[in-house]
Amino acid sequence: MQHIVIIGNGISGITTARHIRKKSDHRITVISAETDHFYSRTALMYIYMGHMKYEHTKPYEDWFWEKNRIDLKRAYVEKVDTDKKALTFADGCTMDYDKLVLAAGSKSNKFGWPGQDLKAVQGLYNYQDLESMEEYTKSISRAVIVGGGLIGIEMAEMLLSRNIPVTFLVRENSFWNNVLPDGESEMINRHIKEHHVDLRLGTGLKEILSDENGRARAVITDQGEEIACQFVGLTAGVSPNIGFLEGSGIETNRGIMVDPYLETNVKDVYAAGDCAEFRETNGERRNLEQVWYTGRMMGEALAETICNTPTKYDPGHWFNSAKFFDIEYQTYGWVWAKPKDNENDFYWEHEGGKICLRLRWDKSNDKLLGVNNFGFRLRHHAFDKWFKEGRTVQYVLEHLRDANFDPELYKTHEQDIINQFNAENGSNISLKKKSWKRILQLVSN
Amino acid sequence: MSSVDPSLSIANPEPKDTDVIQKAGLALAGLGVLVLFLSWGNVAIPASIGLPVALLGILVGTVIYSARLYLNQPEGIKNNGVWFKSLTSRGVLGWVAGIILTGFYVILYWYPEYIGFKAGGNEGMVALFDPLSMFFKGTPASQWFVYGTLYTLCITALGIKFLFKYRHNRYQFIRTLVVIASQLFLAYLIPEILAGLNYNDVTTSSGEYLGYFNTDLKNTWPLDYDFFYDWQLNAFQQEAYQPVGTLYLIVGIAMFLVVTPIITYYVGKRWYCSWVCGCGGLAETAGDPFRHLSSKKLSAWKLERWLIHGVMVFVFVMTAATIYGYFWNTGEVFGLNIYNNFQKPYGFLIGATFSGVIGVGFYPMLGNRVWCRFGCPMAGYMGIIQRFKSRFRITTNGGQCISCGNCSTYCEQGIDVRAYAQKGQNIVRASCVGCGICSAVCPRGVLKLENGPEEGRTDLPPIIIGNESIKVSN
Repeated sequence: MQHIVIIGNGISGITTARHIRKKSDHRITVISAETDHFYSRTALMYIYMGHMKYEHTKPYEDWFWEKNRIDLKRAYVEKVDTDKKALTFADGCTMDYDKLVLAAGSKSNKFGWPGQDLKAVQGLYNYQDLESMEEYTKSISRAVIVGGGLIGIEMAEMLLSRNIPVTFLVRENSFWNNVLPDGESEMINRHIKEHHVDLRLGTGLKEILSDENGRARAVITDQGEEIACQFVGLTAGVSPNIGFLEGSGIETNRGIMVDPYLETNVKDVYAAGDCAEFRETNGERRNLEQVWYTGRMMGEALAETICNTPTKYDPGHWFNSAKFFDIEYQTYGWVWAKPKDNENDFYWEHEGGKICLRLRWDKSNDKLLGVNNFGFRLRHHAFDKWFKEGRTVQYVLEHLRDANFDPELYKTHEQDIINQFNAENGSNISLKKKSWKRILQLVSN
Repeated sequence: MSSVDPSLSIANPEPKDTDVIQKAGLALAGLGVLVLFLSWGNVAIPASIGLPVALLGILVGTVIYSARLYLNQPEGIKNNGVWFKSLTSRGVLGWVAGIILTGFYVILYWYPEYIGFKAGGNEGMVALFDPLSMFFKGTPASQWFVYGTLYTLCITALGIKFLFKYRHNRYQFIRTLVVIASQLFLAYLIPEILAGLNYNDVTTSSGEYLGYFNTDLKNTWPLDYDFFYDWQLNAFQQEAYQPVGTLYLIVGIAMFLVVTPIITYYVGKRWYCSWVCGCGGLAETAGDPFRHLSSKKLSAWKLERWLIHGVMVFVFVMTAATIYGYFWNTGEVFGLNIYNNFQKPYGFLIGATFSGVIGVGFYPMLGNRVWCRFGCPMAGYMGIIQRFKSRFRITTNGGQCISCGNCSTYCEQGIDVRAYAQKGQNIVRASCVGCGICSAVCPRGVLKLENGPEEGRTDLPPIIIGNESIKVSN
């Protein structure tokens, strides 16, 4: 029996712990400075908005940990001594480990803006950020959000739920259009404005001004405009939380450098989730993957390795999802902001302007490469299997009804989509009826 | 977190300006409620004015207010501030509402004279409803007529509010239209009209009472626990009520024996619980703001299984004794008096206290489905079919779950939906009433209610899809 110590109780650390427990009798300790128990970070916004309380964001009841013999320790790790295999906590106590998992997550990016460390200036990543946002947004008359990505738009939605007017500075010319193609990005621009957000595209932050108490009172944009506000959200991405590893001998770059087995340069020390950076690039994937799903999958793979079944982290076909105010987004496979040279592109948008579908496929063999769907739902199993089987765009469109995951009684759009595709591509695809037989085959492994 | 706002506002604690039209709607509905309370307090309001003001005021006022509230915002989930509002987070207003509702039920069941029901001539609130009862069937109102009217009004007015709130969701929209229509026609208008046509509840000119039978088609035994009571079986067969009486008797038995198992096999118990049932109808409309208050603890699930199946066994035993007593005309079974030992305790403990006083009175404390989850024998019966022999399931969408907890929080039946979704397992649970709110509030498109082949319906995948690291050997 070994002592496995996991730093970080987010999705990566907890998944690792749970799967180690399923496979072994090792002693497991999970350390967190953030909260006593695992909660879903993605649900922070809903606590602020009053949809849920903190307790609802915990996926397991508090008795779960003791029952499964996973020790939880609330502490901040200040130092990792890999020679002695020991941790030192902020209170001076120490803890020995046999194997160490670093799953310490991220911290919000700050790019050296003047005033970025003032009071009421913050990102939104952890529970403490939520508490601080709660404190600094009471009775304010305007907030400014900097950074046009997923956390920025969530923060806008949060603030609007408290009827706080929001100015949203987006450096790009359209929302998240380094990731989203133009059609989708413009759809979200319109939706942001529909919610009465003061959206400033092509506008960056130059400086945050302080009041006499060291609290933000206004921002100055790179257009030179001063916007009075009492809260500034910095949501220009996150970067790995690795400061505590300085001097530990564990190799870091932007994140903690790991091999495909998630092992660092030091034996028996591993990293997973937001803070892990792969030495080798895996296909089209980034070396830093700061996504809930990849964090979970790294944990699943790492537990195998730690339990003596060396297992490479091998995520399957890319998928992701988000929600922009009221518009849901899912993506399967790769859809780049601009199609690559070998890619064909198809975009359908519903007349209401809140539902759309984009497909990308290989020019040479018609194989589907990726799909974006907004405002309606698609079945993960369908696309995962179709990618594995190398299905063509024509096949996928024919069988699109099998992939529809909208609630029953919803209006369907497959016929409209196919009509437009046929018109644009001179093809003659006809839609097949939904087949449970095929769906069950998609679901079977 | 100090998120809970101390304000007693029933709407957003940090409201946008409520506009004039919204205020007018609120005032109108408030006036309607005020008239009810005043009449309860025996303030002399002529029923010819008071009753329309009360009923139309509540209906029209609620519609104006909610139309204005929701149509002014983009379509989407509207749960902002649910846990901050006093009424919906077990705050002071929640307790006040709970105490008033509970008190109302206690009076209704056991002290109807306190709302004015008098055999010799109604007073107070019951008297206010006399003209409407006279219009339908030519007799003064009873406390049950008042209750039925207010119940139907609640489902209609707050159902329309729900329609505005969920106008983006066609499943919710159509389901709620059916809920409103079921209550309005099957439970209210048709029974009152049948009574008006002298097919039920008739007292002859010579003063002989011909009996009463349940004419709410969808109120099926064992939820309608007195279906087989002597007085009801006699009323079904009352000559003056034919052919309607016999028809209701046959349909009533067929509903339980044939219709329910077949439909539940094909679509799950939702066809009943969240589409047509009266208890479910109130829970889904008036109870919608309280759905998140149900307990999701494992311990609550354990309690639920004992309670609901215990009540189910109770009603089966009670009914068996009743039917024995009817055919053998003994009044006793195994030396036990059927009324005192079976019917009376069931009626008092389950029929009145559990389903009424606790079931609705405790909405603001325990959520809107306390009765449906812990007590209803009809739900228990269909739950067994749904769990073991049905095509219904909630499918989860591969690896897309982010464990946020919205589904579990807003499950009125207290099912920990997330526990399944984050494992990629379908939700097949006896208690699911198929309201579809988990699917609606999911921000990642993970949940889909559907009917499909039974094969593999409850399988637990060895690993969520999307991760090729783990090879599963079969």
